[in-house]
Amino acid sequence: MAESNAGAIAERDEFIVTKGKNKKQLKCDTDSSAGCVSQRACVYCGARVVLNPVTDAIHLVHGPIGCSSYTWDIRGSLSSGTELYRNSFSTDLKEQDVIFGGGKKLAAAIDGLVEKYQAKLIFVYSTCIVGVIGDDLEAICRAASQKHTIEVIPVESSGFIGNKSAGYRAAGDSLLRLIKPADQVVMTKSDSINYLGDFNLAGEAWIIHNYLREMGVEINVTFTGDSTYETLKLAPKAKLNIIQCAGSMIYMAGKMEELYNIPYVQISFLGIEDTATSLRKIAAAMGDEVMIRKTEELIVRETNRVEAIIKGYREKLQGKKAAIYVGGGFKAISLVKQFREIGIDVVMIGTQTGREEEYDTINNLVDDGTVILDDANPAELERFMMEKGANLLVGGVKERPLAYKLGVAFIDHNHDRKHPLSGFEGAVNFAEEVYSTVCSPVWNSLRGKGIGKGVTDHV
Amino acid sequence: MLDCTPKEIKERTSGGMINPAKTCQPIGAMYAALGIHGCLPHSHGSQGCCSYHRMHLTRHFRDPVMASTSSFTEGASVFGGGANLKTAIQNVFHLYKPEVIAVHTTCLTETIGDDVPSIIKTAEIPEGKLVIHTNTPSYVGSHVTGFSNMTKSMVSYLSASTVAEKKEQVNLIPGFVNPGDMREIKRLTESMGIEYLMFPDTSGVVDSPMTGEFEMYPEGGTTVAQLKDTGNSKVTIALGRFASSDAAELLTKKCRVPATVLKTPIGIKATDDFLMALRQSFTVEIPKELEIERGQLVDIMTDTHYHFHGKTVAIFGDPDIVAGVTEFVLSLGMKPIHVLTGTPGGTSNSLTGSFEDNIKAMMEGTGIEANIKSSGDLFTLHQWIKNQPVDLLIGTTYGKYIARAEDIPFVRMGFPILDRSVHSYLPVVGYRGALRVIEMISNALLDRADRDASDDDFELVM
Repeated sequence: MAESNAGAIAERDEFIVTKGKNKKQLKCDTDSSAGCVSQRACVYCGARVVLNPVTDAIHLVHGPIGCSSYTWDIRGSLSSGTELYRNSFSTDLKEQDVIFGGGKKLAAAIDGLVEKYQAKLIFVYSTCIVGVIGDDLEAICRAASQKHTIEVIPVESSGFIGNKSAGYRAAGDSLLRLIKPADQVVMTKSDSINYLGDFNLAGEAWIIHNYLREMGVEINVTFTGDSTYETLKLAPKAKLNIIQCAGSMIYMAGKMEELYNIPYVQISFLGIEDTATSLRKIAAAMGDEVMIRKTEELIVRETNRVEAIIKGYREKLQGKKAAIYVGGGFKAISLVKQFREIGIDVVMIGTQTGREEEYDTINNLVDDGTVILDDANPAELERFMMEKGANLLVGGVKERPLAYKLGVAFIDHNHDRKHPLSGFEGAVNFAEEVYSTVCSPVWNSLRGKGIGKGVTDHV
Repeated sequence: MLDCTPKEIKERTSGGMINPAKTCQPIGAMYAALGIHGCLPHSHGSQGCCSYHRMHLTRHFRDPVMASTSSFTEGASVFGGGANLKTAIQNVFHLYKPEVIAVHTTCLTETIGDDVPSIIKTAEIPEGKLVIHTNTPSYVGSHVTGFSNMTKSMVSYLSASTVAEKKEQVNLIPGFVNPGDMREIKRLTESMGIEYLMFPDTSGVVDSPMTGEFEMYPEGGTTVAQLKDTGNSKVTIALGRFASSDAAELLTKKCRVPATVLKTPIGIKATDDFLMALRQSFTVEIPKELEIERGQLVDIMTDTHYHFHGKTVAIFGDPDIVAGVTEFVLSLGMKPIHVLTGTPGGTSNSLTGSFEDNIKAMMEGTGIEANIKSSGDLFTLHQWIKNQPVDLLIGTTYGKYIARAEDIPFVRMGFPILDRSVHSYLPVVGYRGALRVIEMISNALLDRADRDASDDDFELVM
């Protein structure tokens, strides 16, 4: 088992444990080993995914074309207004820019974009190369801000300065600059909350907004799903921050507590149990008895409504086994509980950027024998999925074809998700998606004569 | 509103890109390296590069794409990435056991000046295993350049002239095309009865069958022995000069294998040219079965030509693909009035001319006044279309924004296609590929005609 990781490099040993078997502390939150087929991304990627949902900003990538090409409209976050953020802007640095500096080109690109689009906000992302050639992003952005009287904010996201988590932090710093009230402006507090760490994938933030509205909670702004320059500016007004995706937003929340005296609570809207608990937490923190009563009414009504539907799926899925490999620890934790709600046990669980305390929670939550691993490579995913007999993998883009090749069902819990997976509605969608892949007739074809050797029975 | 492109065209001086029609070199190198059997591509740079390239290729091919990375940190960027690359090579051979590691650089490692060949020389490489490399600075050229560079490196590292008399076999360099196209090019060559070596060859790698087992190194790909043997071939046919001609020219220099550079064989003329080149080199006859395929294609072209005649088209994508498609739609009687590639276009005084010159030459005598541009972006293409609308758009997935904004029928072709499946399995090259292209174009045009027809004009027979 995981104690003797035959076929893994020794360095990776410390990143894999089996619950109940290993006493050792799982190692996480470090850089990947050189030479790994890592599923992880870079600082720029982390920063970009956090900021990209700001819908009316120009997201200008300062670097050669690739970084901009690969991130063109891939997030799946929805907007209720402008779609400007779904375009791809790059300074397209060339050889001479690398030699002589790309500063002038960046300034000219900003001028050109300001002329074409009525944007009040430009994020300028630094890429690897900019960190090396040393363009003074700060000075160029400041000059452009003054020239055009809009906000031009640098994002210090050179790819090599860390992993995706460092990118979350870089994005956080840029957002903190954006929301800082101008001197002399006194922002009066309102009885509202900010919702942190929901990127409105498939409209998920809107589902949560509806619950909160029904409870009588006023939402100030969401970071960053369907947010805009104007709405983000009002962030310091809130009385409370609630955080969904902690991996990307915990830093930001801490800073906002320090700077604007806004306390935060961690919540999770994945699964019926966590959704109900989270709504209660918010009501307790924000409200009076009326709000608490309204919240209970909502929870009872919605739980009854969706429980009935989910029960049908649970009967069909009972006893199936799931493997989880997602970006952050927060999501992994919620998924374990959500799988339980539909009768599925988690046999393998890992993340790209989970933190130590999150892995502790995971360890307490899962059954004995579950493999827990950090920053896994495809060989490890394959090995443990097969050993543990997983019927389903939850992951992102790169994991999908791997699972399929193994004859294992798959759902995307990342940018490519097709339905909202948050809240009570999301719990139903989740069950339905799991059912539609685990119990799909396509797996029957695999077990035809002479093929599909070694494939376990999935249906 | 998804359409944020203004109609009014103003001169753009910044040199930046809005909605690019290209991406960076390393992904092309990674794709080419996947066409070597038992090869693990290795990205020498930050983690994000490798992750993005794998993601993008995975979305296009819907197959696992394996590649490793040097996982750069701040330290590596200051002190050089030599240690990272050496550790990486050791770890990769130990853990993933490839036959070959094909290293490509990134903008970061190019800029800090890592001397990759020297690092490889001092790395621990197990007996019988190989490490090759290519330089792919992201700030030069495009993904097509990266593909070309990795293909060229296969020649510089491996091709060897070891026999006195060249063998009766042809080297086929297919260019940056899908595995379905590579299979078709091989089938055409096989039916001519000619021995061939194709490199790179991603068929059987990124279109591998489902068996219920995950193969890190699927059956496909050009073997190292075959790559070495390319130096002994009688002739090289390079298809698509942007992706293939550099490797072919190097083979001539290094191993005295003469090269013919042709268009990617999309459409009837380019396929004729390809088969004629084979026939000439090997003095064989075109077999009956290909005569029939050609005849069927001509038959369909005549059967359907009235659907196409005079229809205006905008075409964008990689230069080799765009050139083939442009030539083919002209032969159908269509008018390609906007033709654009994101890849820098080569210079007018080069041996084979620039992209823009080549497309211009195709237009000669047709009376078509076309907008033609290399190093272009989709912002420019969209502006052209707003000012001069077209009946059809042909290009990669990224064209869907323009197609939607302007309500134009849209045929997906090239790389990447992220929102449709099966495309990578079926060819657009050869006579059969041309049939498929006709089917795609006419379906798009006729579906639109059906959709837009009033009840009176709605026809059963079209």
